Parts: sequence; structure tokens; C-alpha cells
Amino acid sequence: MSAFRSLSVAILKGYLRDKQAVFFTVFFPLMFLVLFGGIFSDQSQSKLELTQVGNVSLIDQMPQATRDAFDDAFEVTKVDDVQDALDRVRDGDSAVAVEQRGKEIVVHYSDADRVQSSVAQGTLQSFVQTANMAATGMVPMFTYTSERVEDESLQTIQFVTPGLLGWAIATSATFGAAATLVGWRSTKLLRRLRLAPVSTRSLVVARIGVTVLIAMVQMVIFVGLAVALFGLELAGSWWMAVPLLVCGTLSFMALGLLAGAVSNTVEGATSLANIFVLPMAFLSGSFFPLDGAPRWLDVVSHTLPLRYLNDGMLDVMVRGKGPEAALIPIAILLGFATVVLLIASRFFSWETD
Amino acid sequence: MIDDVRKTYGDLRAVDGVSFGVGTGEFFGILGPNGAGKTTTLEIIEGLRSPDSGSVSLLGRSPWPRNRELLPRIGVQLQASAFFERLTAREQIRTFASLYGVGTTSGDAWLARVGLDDKGDTQTSKLSGGQLQRLSIACALVHEPEVVFLDEPTAGLDPQARRNLWDLLSSLNDDGRTVVLTTHYMDEAEMLCDRVAIMDKGSILELDSPTALIRALDAAVRISIAPNVLALADARQVDGVDAASADDSSLTMTTRDPAAVMSDLARRGALTGLQVRGATLEDVFLTRTGREYRA
Ligand SMILES: Nc1ncnc2c1ncn2[C@@H]1O[C@H](COP(=O)(O)OP(=O)(O)OP(=O)(O)O)[C@@H](O)[C@H]1O
Ligand SMILES: [Mg+2]
Repeated sequence: MSAFRSLSVAILKGYLRDKQAVFFTVFFPLMFLVLFGGIFSDQSQSKLELTQVGNVSLIDQMPQATRDAFDDAFEVTKVDDVQDALDRVRDGDSAVAVEQRGKEIVVHYSDADRVQSSVAQGTLQSFVQTANMAATGMVPMFTYTSERVEDESLQTIQFVTPGLLGWAIATSATFGAAATLVGWRSTKLLRRLRLAPVSTRSLVVARIGVTVLIAMVQMVIFVGLAVALFGLELAGSWWMAVPLLVCGTLSFMALGLLAGAVSNTVEGATSLANIFVLPMAFLSGSFFPLDGAPRWLDVVSHTLPLRYLNDGMLDVMVRGKGPEAALIPIAILLGFATVVLLIASRFFSWETD
Repeated sequence: MIDDVRKTYGDLRAVDGVSFGVGTGEFFGILGPNGAGKTTTLEIIEGLRSPDSGSVSLLGRSPWPRNRELLPRIGVQLQASAFFERLTAREQIRTFASLYGVGTTSGDAWLARVGLDDKGDTQTSKLSGGQLQRLSIACALVHEPEVVFLDEPTAGLDPQARRNLWDLLSSLNDDGRTVVLTTHYMDEAEMLCDRVAIMDKGSILELDSPTALIRALDAAVRISIAPNVLALADARQVDGVDAASADDSSLTMTTRDPAAVMSDLARRGALTGLQVRGATLEDVFLTRTGREYRA
């Protein structure tokens, strides 16, 4: 085996046998994916709860096409007693209760959840209008169709997969680089390797290679699981996520090297890496979208490499932008890696002392 | 091999004008107490550190800056065992073998030679101190280097394990390999080395073969017997005795004429608990520094 290959194998085995590292870099983020994917995946399509009291001809006698649309919007529960229905609304089990008094459709709502109740009222009103229109036999002058800007299938899973993947890769690359540097230095392995006829380049390339390989495996697992279980739909130029991830890995390894270069113990290096990674993940929209974030947060997050990785991945993986959308994030990530590496090399020494 | 090498850390003169040469195939020892500068000297020769002044020539070349043509010809065991994380003993030595471009068979052979083939599948974090030392020696030798540097290969081992390791170590230069080793132990240096440099506080006190060093001392032989066989005053009168002292466990006489002392003691019937101890490297250290040798 060549020196380069056996170094890579040694590093990879060291990683795979470190159960804690594997857990925190692969399974832990996956748990979040399952959590977000499972809990929130049907939120965007979630229906409004509606309680129907007795017979309501508006609902019961809808033409089939209208009825389908109605069922898309509402989850109907039938009760016979008005009081029951009101209780359900009061308890928040139902957004609205609907009752028919002669020709009058009465909607009971609670102010406790105004958003739900007003959405429900608005939607109901439009169904009443439609029914009135149909009753007059007039051909409507305007019809109304709404379409989302993004891919129609855009759901929570579409947003969280790239973000969580970005976080997972940031974690494994930063920690991997920090722990390797400090660990090898404190066990004197680094000095021992200086006395072996291996080039520094093969050492560095082997370490980067293994981290990139791990990142690719993470991507396959994440995207595979999201597609298989939670219905993630990849946009056309998703493959641009691969170079994005490679460059992201380089950036985060540079961060990890910096953490490793300035600290003397493995514990010190990993806590420093933690201080980098976790806030960065929050501020870069790995856990929640930053669309509604205040301006200052948006500004801060644009100083972080993970923000660019996440945005780039969202663009090519789910927002359906062309491959060129990844180019600017890639350039920024590479620039970041270079700058941080330069800083790290000022602190770097072969030995702990 | 090295000439007038100096290295200071701040105010501390870790290596203060050390010069010596080691011949091909020689077993050379550097002996000294903690902080004597042994490791620093070795690291300068290996090319891990640059000397502040002086010159080093290793196999005819300069080891500093890092010389990748020299590296395959030397083997190094560092004072602290340096291994890859979470690899087994066999994986470690095979990885080192391939770093030097030699096959796995050589790795396996060395593993067997240091007696670790049954521990081949154990991760290094679960090996004992002695097993780690042996593995680290094996890793220094897998590529059959011409010169091998061993920094305290027997540190931290129990006496039995040390003796076992001596057998291995003394066989290392059988096929003409040069061995340079540092140690705390006088007996180890006496036992293994063709020549010994006794080092203290950054400089070399003595450099010669162990027997020559001891002979040059013209040191007294110590003869001791059980404490109450002979009165201290009588002991001073024994033929050939230069001095005598007694403590709870023994009565010790020093002499330059052990034969005379022995026959007189025999005449007096005072041979109970007899022990005879010749001078050792410890005595050399003692006479040269005026300090008792404490490793
Ligand atoms: N990197 C360093 N920075 C500062 N001082 C150092 C450094 N390395 C060694 N020293 C000092 O230099 C002196 C010689 O150290 P060295 O390690 O060479 O001793 P040694 O003979 O190998 O000791 P030991 O038997 O304990 O291994 C010691 O006083 C030590 O404190
Ligand atoms: Mg030492």
C-alpha cells in the first residue's frame, strides 16, 4: 500500500472506531432530520380543523370538484350539539364551528388563535361566495388560482435537509481537523511522522480526503433518508451540492485547524470548535429559516461560511436555481478557507510547548 | 558524528557543548539523570530540532532541515510512544511499514520478533507500558534502518521486563546496525553498550567503554558481611581494608586488595552473609559529580 493510502486508511479507521465522533457527526444531526422531517413535514399542508353542527347544506351538497378543494382545506368533524361544537372551538381543538340556521351560515370562532380562525373564516367565505355564484347560474368573470413561487412540493423537509446537512458537515470537519491536529501533536505522532519519509502534503491531503469522503457519505445518508422517508424532492442542479460541500469542508477544516493551532489540549480544541460551530449553525439557518430574521442577524450570518453553504445548497437542491447559483458561495467558501488557514498557520507549531 | 553542539532554552543550557562520534555497527549509550539533556541531544541528531550552534553529521549528511533522503536510513523511537489513534498493534506497524515503503510481511515479522504477535489485534490504548515500548521499538525498525535511535526504551518497565527487553536490544546490532540509546540505568548501559557517554547538566562527563570507565576509576571493591559477625574496630584491622562502616543490615569494608581481605576474614571465620561488589558506572558518576546517582 502506498504511504498516502495507508495514512488515509489509518485516519478513516481512527474515525470510524471513535463511536462518539460518529454519533455526533452523523447520527445526532440525523436525529434532528427525523425530528424536523417527522413533526413538521405536514405542517405546510396541515388542514384547518372545522366542526360541523348537524346538517350544513353548503358543505353536504357541494359539487364534487368544490368538495375536493374543501377537503384539502378543512378537516371536518361532525357533532350534533351546538354546545359540543363551541367547546371544541374554545378548547382549540377546532379552528371554527359551522352551523346552518335556515339560509344563514353561522361561523363560531375564538380569538385565542386569530390566525387560524381568520384563515378559516376567509376560506369559508370564499366557499359561500362560490356557492352563491353557482346558485345564480352566472359564469364568473374572474377565477382565482394561487401558485407558489417555489417548486410546488416545497415543504419543511426541503428547507431542513440542506441546513442540517450543512451543520453536520461543519461539525465533522471542524472537530475532525481540530482533534487530529491537537491529538497527533500531543501524542507526538506528528513528530514521529516528521521522522518518516512522508511529505507534509500527503499527510494534509490524506486528512482532507478522509474528511471529504465522510462529508459525501453524510450527504448520501441525509439526502437518501430525506428522499425515502420524508419525500424530499431534489431540484435539477442538486449535484452542484457536491462541490459546495467539498469547499464547505475545506472552510470548516480550516476553522478546526485554527482551533487546534491555538489550543494545547484535545478538550480545549473541541470546546473551542464547539464555540465556533453551534452558534454558527443557529445563525446560518441550519435549524430554522432566516427569512423573517431581523436585519442585524442577517448581516451577522453573512460573515459565516455555513450561511453561504446553506444558501448555496438551498438554491441548487430545492429552490431549483441553475448550477451557476453555487459559484459565488463556492468562491466565498474557498476565500474563507484561505484566510483562516493563513491565520491558523501563524499560530501553528509542531509541538505542544 | 556531532561536534560542539549547544542548545539553550531561555536561560537553560539544555545541551552545552557536546561532541562525540559513533562508529558504524556500534552500540552507543547516553547515560544520565532526568534533565541531563539526553533527549535534546538525540533530537538534534535525528533532525527534530536545530542546534543553536555546532554541527551534526548523520551518515555523512546534515539532518537539519528535514532531509527526506536520510529518513529511510534511520529509525527512531521517541521517548513518548507515538501511535495513530484507535488502531491495533498490527495496523500500527503495518501503517508505519507502508510509510517507509516496506511490505506488511516485514511489519508482521517485527511484531513477532518483539513478542507481540498475540497482541496484534489489540488496540494500542489497551496495551501495557512494556508492550507499547516493544511496539514502538518494532515500529522504529520495520524498515531495517542503518542507524536506530532509542530514547529510554526500558523506561517504566519492571526489572523482569527490562531484562527481557535487553535480549532484544542486544541483538539489534548483530547485523551491523548502529544503535544509539539513552537510559537512566547504569546497569543497562554497562550491559548493552560498547561505549557510554555519561551526561549531566548538558555536558558529557566521561565517554568510554563501560569497563574502561570503571577500570580508570581504580575504585575500591566493597565487601560486606552480616552486621554482628565482627566488631567495627576489628574490621578496620583486617588485612588490606582501607575503611569500614556499619549499619543495621551489614558491615561494609572497602579495599583495593580484595584477596587479602577475604583470606583474613576466612581466618577469622567471619564470612557470614558475604557480598562482594565491584565498582559500577554509578561509582563513576559519583566520583565525577560528587553526587550520588539518582535516576
Ligand atoms: N521544549 C523545551 N523547552 C524548554 N525547555 C526544555 C524543552 N525540552 C527540554 N527542556 C529542558 O532541557 C533540559 C534537558 O531536557 P531533556 O529532555 O533533553 O533531558 P533528558 O536527559 O532527556 O531527561 P529525561 O531523562 O527526563 O528524559 C531539561 O532541563 C528540560 O527541562
Ligand atoms: Mg529524555
